Amino acid sequence: MATASHAHPTPKTYWLIAGALAVATAIEIAIPYIEFLDPVRAPLLIAFGAAKFVTVVAVFMHLKYDLKGYRYVFGIAVVVAILIFIVLLAVFQAL
Amino acid sequence: MATATDGVFEVNGQSDFEADGDPTHRTRKTAMWVFLGSEVFFFGAMIATFLLYRNTTNGGPGAEIFNIPFTSATSFVLLMSSLTMVLADNAFQKQDQRQGRIWLIGTALLGLSFLAGQIFEFTEFVHEGLTISTSPFGSSFYMLTGFHGIHVAGGVLMIALLVAFSLRSRLSPDHGMNVELVALYWHFVDIVWIVIFTIVYLLQI
Repeated sequence: MATASHAHPTPKTYWLIAGALAVATAIEIAIPYIEFLDPVRAPLLIAFGAAKFVTVVAVFMHLKYDLKGYRYVFGIAVVVAILIFIVLLAVFQAL
Repeated sequence: MATATDGVFEVNGQSDFEADGDPTHRTRKTAMWVFLGSEVFFFGAMIATFLLYRNTTNGGPGAEIFNIPFTSATSFVLLMSSLTMVLADNAFQKQDQRQGRIWLIGTALLGLSFLAGQIFEFTEFVHEGLTISTSPFGSSFYMLTGFHGIHVAGGVLMIALLVAFSLRSRLSPDHGMNVELVALYWHFVDIVWIVIFTIVYLLQI
């Protein structure tokens, strides 16, 4: 029986998302070479990386369309890992 | 009695096990997500270690030897392999085995290209004096990117098995390893590289 959990995007959507990811990657690669962006380089790169990460997880891995349970399992792991990451870097004064 | 997990494994208010009619598949998929969650900690620890040692080069080469244009190209290749993988998954869901196999083979070839690029990159770095024992920077860099490479190689192997199973008409949800689970693993390997590429390469130049 067809369910909402199987209502995945069409191939056309996948191609469009891949195109957007390619453009985002090209911008990301250009950022370190643009001098006037130096003051905001790190936040910009992290923002682009995070956007690409979320897009792949949501669309290609179908987390946006699948069960909420999968979102919790993976989302909690990512959030806890980021917190440990920040605490670890702060403790060793590497932030 | 209501529990904390009520509604979590439901789709539009209907229990997914009832809606899907295939609890085994859902159990496997949940197990895969739990596994991927544990992998987040694995790679998170390695990335944190790299950041702690990024300036500890012991007088040897550091991030200045990174070839960003080359690594950008291999990153793009891996990113596009996620597209071919999702198209393979889509084809198999539509029971189009032939089309699915073509996309799977494309994914494996892109994965192998990425690995070839990584081997070339490592070889160049060794020639420039950066080995795994040169410095904490070298150790943490090779451990992180090397383990990611091993994950990519494992993914390529699983994709090759999927192609072989498909050719023998043994690729169905009844079998232990299906395309959807391997696709999840492959996309995860891709998102890990998105993070590595941003933090280890782009933020260090």
